[in-house]
Amino acid sequence: MSSTTHPSLAVGRRLPNAFDLAALLCVFAVVIGVVRVAPATFKPIAAAGALAVDLAPSHLPEYALRTTLRMFAALALSLLFTFTYAPLAVRSRRAGFVLIPLLDVLQSVPILGFLSFTTAFFMGLFPGSVLGLELAAIFAIFTSQAWNMAFSFYQSLTTIPRDLEEAARSFHLTAWQRFWRLDVPFAIPGLVWNTMLSMSGGWFFVVASEAITLGDNTWKLPGIGSYVAEALAKRDLGAIGWAILAMFGVILIYDQVLFRPLVAWSAKFRFEVTAGAVAADPWLLKLLRRTRVLRLAADGVSDAVGRLAALPLGGVTGGASATPQRRTRMGDAVFFTIVGLVVALAVVRVVDYITANHIGWADLAEAVGLGCITLLRVVVLIALASLVWVPVGVWIGLRPAWARRIQVVAQFLAAFPANLLFPIFVVLIVRFHLSADIWLTPLMILGTQWYILFNVVAGASAFPGDLQEAAESLHLRGWLWWRRVILPGIFPYYVTGAITASGGSWNASIVAEVATWGHDKLVAHGLGAYIAQATDAGDFPRIVLGVAVMSGFVIVFNRGVWRPMYAYATRRLTLS
Amino acid sequence: MDTTALAALLEVRACRQSYHKDTNVDLLVLDDVNLALHTGEIVGLLGRSGSGKSTLLRIVSGLLRPTAGEVRWRGAPLLGPAPGVAMVFQSFALFPWLTVQENVELGLEAQGVARAERAERAQAAIDLIGLGGFESAYPKELSGGMRQRVGLARALVVHPDLLLMDEPFSALDVLTAETLRTDLIELWSEGRLPLKSVLMVTHNIEEAVLMCDRILVFTSNPGRIATELRIPFAHPRNRLDPAFRQMVDEIYAVMTRRAAPPAAPTVLTAHDATFATPLHPVSTNLLAGLLEALAAPPYSGRADLPALAASLQMEADELLPLGETLQLLGFAVLEEGDIRLLEPGRKFVHADTDERKLLFADALRAHVPLVAAIRRTIDERWNHRASAVRFRDELEDHMSPDYAEDTLRTAITWGRYAELFSYDEEAQQFSLDNIEAPA
Repeated sequence: MSSTTHPSLAVGRRLPNAFDLAALLCVFAVVIGVVRVAPATFKPIAAAGALAVDLAPSHLPEYALRTTLRMFAALALSLLFTFTYAPLAVRSRRAGFVLIPLLDVLQSVPILGFLSFTTAFFMGLFPGSVLGLELAAIFAIFTSQAWNMAFSFYQSLTTIPRDLEEAARSFHLTAWQRFWRLDVPFAIPGLVWNTMLSMSGGWFFVVASEAITLGDNTWKLPGIGSYVAEALAKRDLGAIGWAILAMFGVILIYDQVLFRPLVAWSAKFRFEVTAGAVAADPWLLKLLRRTRVLRLAADGVSDAVGRLAALPLGGVTGGASATPQRRTRMGDAVFFTIVGLVVALAVVRVVDYITANHIGWADLAEAVGLGCITLLRVVVLIALASLVWVPVGVWIGLRPAWARRIQVVAQFLAAFPANLLFPIFVVLIVRFHLSADIWLTPLMILGTQWYILFNVVAGASAFPGDLQEAAESLHLRGWLWWRRVILPGIFPYYVTGAITASGGSWNASIVAEVATWGHDKLVAHGLGAYIAQATDAGDFPRIVLGVAVMSGFVIVFNRGVWRPMYAYATRRLTLS
Repeated sequence: MDTTALAALLEVRACRQSYHKDTNVDLLVLDDVNLALHTGEIVGLLGRSGSGKSTLLRIVSGLLRPTAGEVRWRGAPLLGPAPGVAMVFQSFALFPWLTVQENVELGLEAQGVARAERAERAQAAIDLIGLGGFESAYPKELSGGMRQRVGLARALVVHPDLLLMDEPFSALDVLTAETLRTDLIELWSEGRLPLKSVLMVTHNIEEAVLMCDRILVFTSNPGRIATELRIPFAHPRNRLDPAFRQMVDEIYAVMTRRAAPPAAPTVLTAHDATFATPLHPVSTNLLAGLLEALAAPPYSGRADLPALAASLQMEADELLPLGETLQLLGFAVLEEGDIRLLEPGRKFVHADTDERKLLFADALRAHVPLVAAIRRTIDERWNHRASAVRFRDELEDHMSPDYAEDTLRTAITWGRYAELFSYDEEAQQFSLDNIEAPA
């Protein structure tokens, strides 16, 4: 399994620019808008019976199912979003100006910090009903999945080879036919890969979003996440063990039944026309191909999809596209005036909110200071994880027989929601009276370190054999070999893994810097804890501030560190 | 052009295509192109890469709308990809996720042809083009030749009146290309292709003479039709036929004559080229190799271009840029389909590595103003550094960004070889690091 480019790396811009700032402002203006409506609608739900969580293990299958259903509901939403947002951004030049920076900002915003707002918002929509809570949870998962999928689709759409596009036009495919015959198939490998990443991220959020505490109220939506939260509150270590086991089972099933076959199937859509090494079909795909009934069913589905895709909807994409169109100045003027007005409105909103809630420079300084502490944690963690996993990954990657097996394991581990393992650490910290500031830190990278491992493994296994032989015949050994041969060779892959890991760690800090075990509460200093505590206190201005500062950190870090590194890697360390 | 006899299937009138540049001038890609296609003929657009012939093909196909001029298809103005026109691509442009059968059916599917009829027609096209048995294969399972057969079948299945081919055989090896050409011509001569006319773009002179009834030779910068030639031979044609060879020679002569700059090449002035003359991206190794081959027997200083191309296994499109570059540098001269070694070229051949670099440096300074200007700028700067960006920007005022990039890259490679300057790719900066004091 080779990895694809991390979506946020592909866009050329490096330093945050005016569009990013505008997008950031707009996002927060909307957040503030939601926040203002939210508190008024807080009261309704009394702890109804529908929301009780039972710690008996016999309930776990049902909880696991409910959690999984939420995941797939969100996935469906994310796909819908992807299939509308990305084409819009590509087809319309003006929309692209706005949509792309917006997407870039949205994917840098720590979604966990928003959980409280969205919960309040959806409960306001359906007062007194569990539906509101369900929707809030699904929305939380959606926000963790949609952005990078949309980005991946956008990227594919912008890199469709010209000759295929011309072929589609010269054979008179309509917009609809072209979408299903060219756009979607071309995007599938990247999309499947990003969907897998999204699902992994989604498990993390589904667990976090099922048990929401906001001010004095706590809601528990039946599911694995709330089961764990309940177990934590009751100090039931056995129940936590059962939950981990159940999660393990769920992930194993969805990995085997859904993603292995999907990845194998998506290889068909890889654009390289040359035949390459083909991985063995996963068992489910074999089953599907060999079993007559299943095959008939699969054929039926693909047949229906084919018929749907062939519908002559939409106009034939015209021929005049290549001549430079005279830009309609008037249209541009109107469009950018509207955009300007929206941004101005956002500025007014944000300023208004800041002054109304007495957020001063001191608050900002505090948040930024705490942000620096969290930044330090992320940097140290990435460095440590790299120190451990790069050599291990290289060792594995150069041994093909191992690489294939470990790759599957690493992907599986990355999908496992690390927050389920937090209690074990918390128990140990409480037992041995360790410093929370130091020992809560590893939790942040618990789930995301695997991205480094499996990207390095992918890089090392893709390392050209002739270069290996050349290094051997030149007797390159030891540190020289690492420095001159393998590290530059895997660097682009490493960066891809590291950026995913670092993004995930920022997000995880919100749940990792604060931990509870019954009545014991562990708090580390950091921006994540700041946001988490503000959430517990229902202190909306501080949540907004914390989330804004964290978004800023993530964006600057991505643009200032990762993107230049990635640009360097692709320019310098790849042939051709 | 002759429009009285038969109503033309396709007509291009006074067509111009320019590349819009926001600074000042529009860059002309095609200028005043007129063309008429009639039923029953294969017409070739022959020219060097970058002469605009592919652009013209895209205009004819309706994929691109010309900046000025008119394209009429069966008497009506062409406003987009027309039904009745199908295209074969140089890169095959097959959809890797569709099988051979599905690729072939794609155009019919877009037309809304019913499933049963689609399968039937696709099968007929597949059989016609010799792909039977490969229906369920994916493109990546096929060899290049088979892939292009799929491309052909996909174009033929819609029963177009006009088939457009964009260098259809240039991505194939020599033998495969030849088989495909003869197969296609055979089908055409036997009237088994559901076509009225074929328009193909090529840079291979022999291919054009082998296949076409009419050849339009293009000049570059801007693209214009220089000459129109009728090929009177009957199919199948014999490459070794003296009349065939004569025709190939003639076309070589036309192409070199047109490409040669007007100034007398023996005069060593800097006026042959200007700052913004596009440079062919050819390597110094190739130049040296060609000079050595020219100096050695059997040529001993003078060679017939078609013969030289054949013995070096190069196509006209590869050989001509080399010859022109040697002419630009004052090492050789092109005359009526021949190339002749000049005195500086002879000196270069007999020199050792270091002397060659010096000779090359002298030639660059005398004849390539761009390289000379780069070196001058570095010398004038107090820190002996200059940014490549400003040169690229200046070049882009006179040519398309792709050409500017190629030209600058070539100047950099040549200048590095001649040790006139060094270049830091990362910083995009010229300097005199590692360069000995100017000789």
